[in-house]
Amino acid sequence: MTDTTSKAPPAHARHATSSPRRRPGRGAPPTRSWHDHPLRRITPWLFLLAPLALLITFTYIPVGNMIYYSFTDWDGVSPDREIVGLDNYTQLFTRPELFRVFFVSFYYLAASAVQIVIALYFATVLSFDLRFRNFFKGILFFPYLINGVAIGFVFLYFFQDGGTLDSVLSWFGVGGDHAWLGDPESANTSLAGVSVWRFTGLNFVLFLGAIQSIPGELYEAAQLDGASRWQQFRHIIAPGIRPVLSLSVILAISGSLAVFEIPYIMTGGATGTSTFVIQTVKLAFQFNKTGLASACAVVLLLIILVVTWVQRRLVPDDKVDLV
Amino acid sequence: MRRKPLSAVLLATALLTVAGCGGGGSSSGEAATAPKDPEKVSGTITVLTNRTDLVQDGTMKKYAAEFEKTYPKATVKFQGVTDYEGEVKIRMNTDNYGDVLLIPSVIAKGDYPKFFAPLGDTKDMEKNYRFTGKTDVGGKTYGIANFGTVNGLVYNKAVWKKAGITDWPTTPAEFLDNLKQIKAKTDATPYYTNFKDGWPLSSPWTNSIGSVSGGADAYADLATSDKPWTKGSELNVLDTLLYDIVHDKLSEKDPTTTNWETSKTDLAKGKISSMLLGSWAVNQMRDAATKAGENPDDIGFMPVPVQKNGTFSATMLSDYQLAVNTHSENKPAARAWIDWFTEKSGFAAKEGGVSALTSITFPDVLKPYQDNDVKLVERSEARTVQVDAIDNAAEIGLAKQDYRQKLIDIARGAQKGSLQGYFDELNKRWAEAAATAGN
Repeated sequence: MTDTTSKAPPAHARHATSSPRRRPGRGAPPTRSWHDHPLRRITPWLFLLAPLALLITFTYIPVGNMIYYSFTDWDGVSPDREIVGLDNYTQLFTRPELFRVFFVSFYYLAASAVQIVIALYFATVLSFDLRFRNFFKGILFFPYLINGVAIGFVFLYFFQDGGTLDSVLSWFGVGGDHAWLGDPESANTSLAGVSVWRFTGLNFVLFLGAIQSIPGELYEAAQLDGASRWQQFRHIIAPGIRPVLSLSVILAISGSLAVFEIPYIMTGGATGTSTFVIQTVKLAFQFNKTGLASACAVVLLLIILVVTWVQRRLVPDDKVDLV
Repeated sequence: MRRKPLSAVLLATALLTVAGCGGGGSSSGEAATAPKDPEKVSGTITVLTNRTDLVQDGTMKKYAAEFEKTYPKATVKFQGVTDYEGEVKIRMNTDNYGDVLLIPSVIAKGDYPKFFAPLGDTKDMEKNYRFTGKTDVGGKTYGIANFGTVNGLVYNKAVWKKAGITDWPTTPAEFLDNLKQIKAKTDATPYYTNFKDGWPLSSPWTNSIGSVSGGADAYADLATSDKPWTKGSELNVLDTLLYDIVHDKLSEKDPTTTNWETSKTDLAKGKISSMLLGSWAVNQMRDAATKAGENPDDIGFMPVPVQKNGTFSATMLSDYQLAVNTHSENKPAARAWIDWFTEKSGFAAKEGGVSALTSITFPDVLKPYQDNDVKLVERSEARTVQVDAIDNAAEIGLAKQDYRQKLIDIARGAQKGSLQGYFDELNKRWAEAAATAGN
């Protein structure tokens, strides 16, 4: 704060000397206006001060710290730490078992694909005039509003031996004797299912918003031309929501790589459900390898940036022009 | 142009803050001693505790009131921390982590002098206190045990009797036979692993190291061992027992959805026949039995089913240790609280634990051990630092649940592998880590 104000007078002085040169070009009025007041130059910064301070304190400094830790052997609590250079990164890339957990992400990636399809289907259906439309919208969006920890616990009971899922299945005469979280394949599928249940609502709302921003006349015109619902979807809706669709894909990929909450709460990473983030947390807080864990986090950040970049390259974000 | 100075200032501030975060507090190394005259003890102290239940139900307040009667000028405040390990570890990066706290297990022993005030010379302290070895650094003691706990199996006597078993099993094989008998003759789950909550797989089993050989140094010896899972070794016997229990389907059907809180009531009601825990758990189970309307005397306590030369051995080790923050401004009051809490509060006995004071005898919970001549082994902490360093470097986690969860997964066929293959892998990882760390 003090820095900004002390900078102000010289800024004004500098401005005064340069003003004769600039004025004719700009065509500014000859009288000294409020526009030239030094305060005006600071005002945007004053407005930005609070968000910038928050952004720097809570995002950039911690990230900077994390990058710094990734070059040390810090254990997370000791006052002493040594700089070890690229040691942590070398270790990370020479230990294949640290990357093996990324296979688990494929379950979530597959789940994301299912999730996008479901969300797209419901968004399309509910964008047309239907009875109880808002009610269904509410139902679909509701899971996203629930706290992740609560969802973890709810589904823990759901998958329990003799729990909700087993009892529901037994009504239909299907033998409910399967330990849902019992083996890696079934556990990962179950957990990915929970994630679909949770995040479909978000995708749905994004799609619905995009679909509703398509002008209504287009549908009308299409109907007059005798287009079926599928044709309307294929030629109006699908191109109309392409930017949102590509955003969803980016979110799905980065989300699948960084799954954490649900498996951590429900299985704690046991039975082959450990993800890269769970592994990072365990390295940092169980084995006190904060340095190595920070390196993992940096690598994950880079992987996600690269994936996003590649994706943007393959599918450029063109302006959509329906008309 | 105009924008640059400001962003430069912001960047500089950011860098300064980063640099500022780097430094750690230095300690004075001044010992925390309590003056003889209680009138001279003054100030307000903050006590960090993991027992949020006792803070909430006012038990801690009652202790504080008693304390303040003896020390009228001192005031005690409590902060119950639910995620004790995680939260206090982060707070210890600052100077503000209470006046009295329980030493988090993640703090390396060698760092104790940086964080805590010494309480006295170990050679003087060990005459009056048990478990001083755990916090001895360079001849000084930095913590006094909350209480000690003795390992063993908590079991439901009524269930065992119903299955026709009256004597304690003396070998792992006999124990497995007993569990099979229980499975055949009663409805109870013979053994409950608490797989989901995890910690009942870590500390109770790892704390039992020493029960097989009956040696106090069993845990310390891990520091020099290349292959801790070799046949006949402590870890081999214990982990094989756990493997066999699960492999023979003597544990709960779906381990992935277990629940610790319910398991207490289930054991009290006879739905579960046994769990490996520690003496601290007996009173909790008895409470659960009373609440469920069952007979609390049905809850029994027996040693790990291994005998050496005809006697059982049970390891005894300290729970959390109370320490004084080296940055505390009221060290005398903090020390006075620790002394009062260990000597006068009766906390240890109430928790079914062994008091830190050598002058106080064993609690009632341990009566069956004394009646049956179970040898109590106080675990040597001489090489705990090295063992922990190897363990962390190997990322095995003897005190974490993950490796035994994997053992159970292998035992019930959820993950590929064999017991011997897994032991070989653990041995290999341990040996590799031992070569680089811990020496």
